[in-house]
Amino acid sequence: MSLINWTPRQFVVRGPWRELDRLRSHVESVIDSLSEGYETIRRSGTGVYPLLNLSEDDDNLYLTAELPGISAADLEMSLHGDNLTLRGERRIPEADEKVNYHRREREAGYFRRIVSLPVKVDAENVRAEVKNGVLTVALPKAREVKPKQINIQTV
Amino acid sequence: MTQELKAREKTPLGSEAERTKTGPVFVPAVDIYESEESMTLLADMPGVDKSDLSLDLKEDTLSIRGRVTRSNPEGRRSLYREYEEGDYFREFTLSEQIDQNKITATLKDGVLNLFLPKVEKAKPRRIEIKET
Repeated sequence: MSLINWTPRQFVVRGPWRELDRLRSHVESVIDSLSEGYETIRRSGTGVYPLLNLSEDDDNLYLTAELPGISAADLEMSLHGDNLTLRGERRIPEADEKVNYHRREREAGYFRRIVSLPVKVDAENVRAEVKNGVLTVALPKAREVKPKQINIQTV
Repeated sequence: MTQELKAREKTPLGSEAERTKTGPVFVPAVDIYESEESMTLLADMPGVDKSDLSLDLKEDTLSIRGRVTRSNPEGRRSLYREYEEGDYFREFTLSEQIDQNKITATLKDGVLNLFLPKVEKAKPRRIEIKET
């Protein structure tokens, strides 16, 4: 008779995507540690325009996107909970009918992207600016997710 | 009808270009069109400031270079990256003679607009042959 009370290990699956994300970020951290010193880009793009970079410091999340030819007036941004939506349109004025093209590589069109932010943010104090065709959004982290210094007293 | 934009990665420049600083260099997407009097070049160069743009026309070679100041201040940790920041470089051979003094360039919202007026075609000159 066994004396060890054996119970199968419980897997808490909080949704398969979250588990996959966890796995992916683990794999990426391994790759990062191997390729230290080299700038690597994670080709984890979603195929949705625009391509985004996300970074953070203790107080803010920073979201940036390259949006050439798009001014602030062509952009629309909103925040619902942790989800940031970015919509807009890139217009390229038609050139005169008489001209002929040597190259035509630039594209016009509309876009709509939604991003799930990794932490809660203070929606009231989000700042966004477009400069030289680059959008930068600074999203202050909500108070409850900011790191807090804890004073330890000697008694 | 307008179409939906597709996310595209920038095209990295091949190794043939001269490198003066480390970091990636991309080939900007361009539109080039020509009328009877001029050529117009539009190039997507997000992140390039007016002061970091250099244009050069030597004989029939036009080169465009834009430097991007990378935005990664101290203390910021990257969480997620879909694009890389880098400079832009591209060279063109022009088939038409351009009037160098009348070139105008504007940079707005990260798009370079370069207007290149053609030189008025030299009129055929008749050579008189005098009888002596």
